[in-house]
Amino acid sequence: MVELGQATLGHAAWREADAPHSDVLHLGLDRPLAMDSGIALAPLKIAYQTYGRLNADKSNAILVCHALTGDQHVANVHPLTGKPGWWETMVGPGKPVDTDRYFIICSNVVGGCLGTTGPASTNPATGKPYGLDMPMVTIRDMVRAQAMLVDHFGIDQLFCVIGGSMGGMQVLQWAASYPDRVFSAIPIAAAARHSSQNIAFHEVGRQAVMADPEWAAGRYFENGKHPTKGLAVARMAAHITYLSDEALHRKFGRKFQNRAAPTFSFDADFQIESYLRHQGSTFVERFDANSYLYLTRAMDYFDLAADYDGSLARAFQRTRTRFCVASFTSDWLFPTSASRAIVHALNAGGASVSFVEIETDKGHDAFLLDVPELLATTSGFLEGAARARGLASAKGPR
Amino acid sequence: MTRATASDEADRRAPLSADAARVDLLVVSEMVRPNTRVLDIGCGDGTLLRLLSEERGVDARGIELSQRGVNDCVAKGLSVIQGDADTDLIDYPDDGFDYVILSQTLQATRNPKKVLEHMLRIGQRAIVSFPNFGHWKIRGQLLLRGRMPITENLPLAWYETPNIHFCTIRDFVSLVDELGARIDRGVALDRFGAPMRVSAPWWVWNMFGEQAVFLLERKN
Repeated sequence: MVELGQATLGHAAWREADAPHSDVLHLGLDRPLAMDSGIALAPLKIAYQTYGRLNADKSNAILVCHALTGDQHVANVHPLTGKPGWWETMVGPGKPVDTDRYFIICSNVVGGCLGTTGPASTNPATGKPYGLDMPMVTIRDMVRAQAMLVDHFGIDQLFCVIGGSMGGMQVLQWAASYPDRVFSAIPIAAAARHSSQNIAFHEVGRQAVMADPEWAAGRYFENGKHPTKGLAVARMAAHITYLSDEALHRKFGRKFQNRAAPTFSFDADFQIESYLRHQGSTFVERFDANSYLYLTRAMDYFDLAADYDGSLARAFQRTRTRFCVASFTSDWLFPTSASRAIVHALNAGGASVSFVEIETDKGHDAFLLDVPELLATTSGFLEGAARARGLASAKGPR
Repeated sequence: MTRATASDEADRRAPLSADAARVDLLVVSEMVRPNTRVLDIGCGDGTLLRLLSEERGVDARGIELSQRGVNDCVAKGLSVIQGDADTDLIDYPDDGFDYVILSQTLQATRNPKKVLEHMLRIGQRAIVSFPNFGHWKIRGQLLLRGRMPITENLPLAWYETPNIHFCTIRDFVSLVDELGARIDRGVALDRFGAPMRVSAPWWVWNMFGEQAVFLLERKN
């Protein structure tokens, strides 16, 4: 395994949890977050970024929901990694989610580690990080917190809620929980429930974290440690599920890493091994291990139909939201069949829905990458929705 | 053959630019009452959907098999789902739409009867346009040359055409009867794409109509 300067890097990440490079909405004891676990979480901090300008009638706001290991830094340089925002192909001036035209909000989810209250945040009651004292978080809890942030801006209805993977789950939850507050919705590479196979992958990841002795039953911060080895293994395993066999073969094949022949050792002989180790070691520099446990659990618990007597169609009954559902041919983690199930439920409710299955070999990660068909679909859909909403074109009146 | 009148010609050209004009689409769109809900099965690049929503204020939805077509439609702001007429109509609830349209697609479905049944279940009314295999040119090619017909409207050889279930106007009318549906309106288009005289008898339509468009409704 690649050696990590864990103590210093870990501390930088933890600082971000309490003092993020983002705007923060502080909700006091009088405004608790009513969580699915039955716990009222207060006080609550929500760290968020915004881009563009909110128009006078507050009708041009787009909420971006981030995925499992994403954060609020959609379209700005990341404070920890120094890398560009995670969705700069999609969000920015002249991009499909056009910052010249729309007011874009993205907040770190509850349970995250980039400034919104989560296991790495300091618990005001103890002066120490919450760790496993953090209540269990659900996708619905994340959405409730986002709704409080949207309220803070005085926005009644979001023009669009968009996100991929776990972000797509939040989009679906938004449309079901607050149908009147969502004019249009774009769930990408998502599912209305987490599959058994996906729960299984998450469990492997969690066990890897918890098997690391430095995890210390979630109280690693008391020792100034971080279970980097376990978390890196979790990330490595998960990363495989984000790619397709085809793409891995195209990118790495059986190529050796800086050597002409195998070394007859357990070194990273193959490029794919070296790549995964790099993915693992960079991930632990910016992500908190407990947060990873909480957020994977939130996805596991997601089953939208279960809240509506097992009928997904009922979740979207009489919705007026316009939907655009997208999936990718090579995504075996959130396959097209999962998106089709959403589309069928929307159809049964008579909703306005578009659906595209985009051909790509980039796997689940395709939603984050420069896939022209996804960008064209999104901008076309948003253009149509903007006309219907009466939002002026960026290019002036039509 | 019935010749197109001057007013037919004008109607045909007026609403659309020349490149977008597929005449059967205009005939179909004229059968749709304004401000209704329409599902277009096999909507291609969305020409008809766009015509319906822009000219007739229709809440128009589409199903299209090809990714290219779906992407074109969504990029135009149309509500279109990637799907297959043969397998996906079962997911649509009864009476979800005022009209369900199948234009130039019936002959390419695996089970045209099932598709028509679903259309009449999902929509109050169904509009179907198809190429007439009873046209004299087609009959002539089979009769005189003994070869599968190739015409301007049906340019592909038998081994590469997606059209697997051809029918004549007469065949279609008897299928409608079998389904217990009623023909509200029927239009046959001659080789210029102009509507033929309504008073012409069935055999004339079946012989000289290159395409037909029917508006169907359930009997009760």
